[in-house]
Parts: sequence; structure tokens; C-alpha cells
Amino acid sequence: MYEVSDQCFFLLPVTLRLKSIKNIQKITKSMKMVAAAKYARAERSLKPARVYGTGAMALYEKAEIKAPEDKNKHLIIGVSSDRGLCGAIHSSVAKAMKSEIARLTGAGKEVMVVNVGDKLRGLLYRTHGKHILINCKEVGRKPPTFTDASLIATELLDSGYEFDQGTVVFNRFRSVISYKTDEKPVFSTDTVAGSENMGIYDDIDADVLRNYQEFALVNVIYYGLKESTTSEQSARMTAMDNASKNASDIIDKLTLTFNRTRQAVITKELIEIISGAAAL
Amino acid sequence: MMAARFLLRRAVPALRHVRCYADAPATEMSFTFASPTQVFFKEASVKQIDVPTLTGAFGILPAHVPTLQVLRPGVVTVFNDDGSSAKYFVSSGSVTVNADSSVQLLAEEAVPLDNLDLAAAKANLEKAQSELMGASDEAARAEVLISIEANEAIVKALE
Repeated sequence: MYEVSDQCFFLLPVTLRLKSIKNIQKITKSMKMVAAAKYARAERSLKPARVYGTGAMALYEKAEIKAPEDKNKHLIIGVSSDRGLCGAIHSSVAKAMKSEIARLTGAGKEVMVVNVGDKLRGLLYRTHGKHILINCKEVGRKPPTFTDASLIATELLDSGYEFDQGTVVFNRFRSVISYKTDEKPVFSTDTVAGSENMGIYDDIDADVLRNYQEFALVNVIYYGLKESTTSEQSARMTAMDNASKNASDIIDKLTLTFNRTRQAVITKELIEIISGAAAL
Repeated sequence: MMAARFLLRRAVPALRHVRCYADAPATEMSFTFASPTQVFFKEASVKQIDVPTLTGAFGILPAHVPTLQVLRPGVVTVFNDDGSSAKYFVSSGSVTVNADSSVQLLAEEAVPLDNLDLAAAKANLEKAQSELMGASDEAARAEVLISIEANEAIVKALE
């Protein structure tokens, strides 16, 4: 392009920075494409999952089951994932969980927490480590299935923590550009059996109710997982898109600086040559 | 003045959303039948549903008494309003009949009966029965017994 001279030393930092930011822009663009593809798939599978999830929670809404105020053992299941670069997904769930823990411990209740997703563990273990019951890893790499939800529920039921009621905290998907942190309730078999409106339900023996409750627990976790992945992929798409745009802006500014510096270098060389020649 | 009218029109739809189930006549049932990956019926109006449960098979008509049941592997038959019926094989799940005649049938896995192959089911049944001989610990035995029960139900349904 042009001869290398010792003046080109001034161009080196700008060149290096320009090259590295162009690489970053390529990476964020490709991450955005990947997130867009995963989002499309997640949104398609969210539709039946939503019908399924609302069907599963219909009993609790219609029978208006509420846990009595004096029950002490609570459970919070926070649903997120392992991977970052998705905006405020993990921090919003962690914030909701922290405020819920503070509210419950302030009222004198015992709270334990299940973290679905490594990021939540990282956000919570330092300040609320003693409340953590179970951590789940390898979340978010592949689309969640009913089997994953049943694994989580099995671990929870095997852990021996006899909770009276609980909530699942997740990010509910609203649209490509928006999601909202939401909660859905979880009840224990005893709470449901003791609830007043359950009397209208005919002839239910304890075994059937326990099976029903375990199935409902898996359903609610499954619903939270599905909504959460869709929100996460759409948020990652937006975040990577913004990152690419920011990188483009910086590249434009740096290219201008580069050209200015290059012209200054050439001008300096010319001046040296001309003043050298004039001296002769 | 314009703002007040605009607000009024915005307020009305919100009221309409509240508890529309209470107005559904008892002669109709709102039937939702779904698996985690597929929806078969969503708040549809059907005449009758036959479900296989742990306590026996029974039929659900509109204004059935509210109940909760757990499903066993078997065939669910849905009778539509126009008289046609559709059969599905379900592996397990739950069925809820609420006081307002809405029914939620949630199956862990459900397929239309036509999608199942009798020969493959028979082969699976024989394999499971031979595995029963070899199963040693409680958990493995339970799994094989479940597999046998499911395959037997599939074979019975298809014959």
C-alpha cells in the first residue's frame, strides 16, 4: 500500500484496535443469528407449552387455593440459565428472588431456594448461600424438555425439604423486545387437601392427590422453563444486535481517526523530504 | 371530554375479561387436552370424554361432578358435538373436572391411535417381559413393570 517508515509507528495502536473491534462485530453478528434461530424454535414450542401450563394451573386458580398465613416452610424455584450475554435476564430473576427471601425471612418464615441455571447460583451464593437447596447446571444449551422438568422435580422431592408452599420465579415472554419477571404458585399436598374449596371435588384419596400434585409440580416447572428460554433467546438477540450496532459506531469513528492519522503521517514525511531538499 | 370517552372505552374491555367462565352454561364443557409438546383441544366444546384412570375408566359429560384423577396408560376417546369420535393413546397424566364444567386433560405423552404400530408394540411387550426376568433391583423392576403395563395397554387398544 505505502512504504513502511518509522512514522507509521503512530498508526499501530489505531490499526490494532480497528482490527479487534471488527472481529468483535463479526462475533456479535453471528451470535445474533444463532440467537434468532433458537428464538424462533423456542417461540414455536412455547405455544402448546402455554396451553399445557395454563391447563395445569387451572385447578389452583378455579378452586382459589391459598396457603394459610401461618405456614412456615417456603420454597422459591428460580428459573434462568447458564449462559450470559443476554441482558438483564439473570439479574431480574435474582432481584425478585432476593426481595422475596428478604420479605419471608422478615416475616419469620423459613425459605429454601432451588437455582435452575448456574448464573443464578453465582448471583445468590455469596449473600444467600445458606438458603440454597439445589443447583441445576447445563441449563440453556438445549431446548428444555418435560424430562428436564421432571428431573428437577424429582431432585426437589427427594431432597426431603417439606415445603408448605412455594413460587416459581421466571421471565415470562411478552414479545420479541419485552419480557417480564413473573411468579407462579406451587402448593404442597397438605395445603391443597386442607384448602376449603377442595371439598367440592369428589372422592379424592390421598394417593391420587399426591400423584396429581407431583405431576402439577413438574408441569409448573416445565412452563417456567419454556417461558424462560424464549425470553432469554429474544433478550440475547437484542443484546447482540445492540452490541453489533455499537461496534459499527466505534469502527466508523476509528476509521476516521485512522485516515486522519494516515494523512498526518504522509504530510509529515513530505515536509521532512521537502525541508531536507530545500536545505541542500 | 374526549379524554373521558376514550378512557371509558379503554376501561370496558378490562371488565369483560373478568371471570367469563361463570357465564358458561352447564350444558357445555370447556375441554382442554394437551401434552407438553402438542395441543389437541383447547377450550373446545365436546359431548363426552372417556378417560382411563388409576381408579378405573370413566366417562365425563358436561356438568360432571368436580374431581381430580390421575391417568394410567390407555385410550382416551373424545366424542365431538357432531357425533364423530377421536381416539388417543396417553401414557400418564392428570385430569381435572372443575365446578364450572371445564375439563383439563394433561397427558405426559399423547398420540392419536392411528400413529401406533401393532407389530412394534408387540415386539416391545415381549422384550419388556423378558427383561422382567433379568431385573434385579427395585427401581429397575418398577421401570420394567411400567413398560409392560404401557405396552399391554397399547396392544389391547390396537387390537
